[in-house]
Amino acid sequence: MFSPRFFGPAGFGPLRMFDELSRMRRNMDRLMETYGDRPAYAPSAGVFPAINVSESDSHYTLRAELPGVGVNDLDITATGRNLTISGERKLATEDASARYHRREREGGRFSRALAMPGDIDADRIEARMANGILTLKILKAESAKPRRIPIGS
Amino acid sequence: MTETTSNEMKVQEKKEVAAPAEQTRPGVLFSPDVDIFETDRQITLLADLPGVTPDQLTIDLRDDVLTITGDVPSAAGPEEKALFTEYETGRYYRQFTLSEVIDQARIEAQLKDGVLRLNLPKVAKATPRTITVNAG
Repeated sequence: MFSPRFFGPAGFGPLRMFDELSRMRRNMDRLMETYGDRPAYAPSAGVFPAINVSESDSHYTLRAELPGVGVNDLDITATGRNLTISGERKLATEDASARYHRREREGGRFSRALAMPGDIDADRIEARMANGILTLKILKAESAKPRRIPIGS
Repeated sequence: MTETTSNEMKVQEKKEVAAPAEQTRPGVLFSPDVDIFETDRQITLLADLPGVTPDQLTIDLRDDVLTITGDVPSAAGPEEKALFTEYETGRYYRQFTLSEVIDQARIEAQLKDGVLRLNLPKVAKATPRTITVNAG
């Protein structure tokens, strides 16, 4: 018996293949462009919101671009070292008589889950929303913090 | 299939653009996503500018060319080490040519949650006047 799954994930048709290839080529182009102290840029590959994660000795900091998303339309949950950011971006309905010249902004529901590389203190996550950027300050669990090892002589 | 789930957000990547002129400031230039619509009275422009604060936003209208520029400084502190980077920050830049005459005095701009809302009221059509000709 053949199951459809045998042929790979749903939607992996020629079109998807082409998208994948053109994306790879664009990524390569970008890699070539990387220079100086500009960090290597990993394109979000079709996810919303785009997220940046950085770490310091005591914290992970997660930033996400969420323009026009209200605090009440956003839901953040932490389970173990996994974080889920979900919500809905609502675009206001405008005057019915309005004629559109450009319509590039997108609205709708979104959800992203990602795992922090180390253990986190889920009770002490600080979330802030300012100018359309969500910032999460995530305290590392004691076990994930770097420790200086004294060397005996 | 993603198409079957209703009103799931369609994803767009941040669009990097080439600089219109040589830049004196290092950094990447991005083209913000916009909605532009028009009613009888005004043109409204909505632009996604995440990370731009009101003092970093410049809106310029001259000779029917509207220019929006917004700078986003890097948010990361010096002690932070990037683990992964899906978006970059830099300058948002976009220009539009307006075909309507805009009443410059009544332009309103509001920046909220990283979205700019710009109301550009049209100049009221000149009211027709009859000119009486006096016989001389």
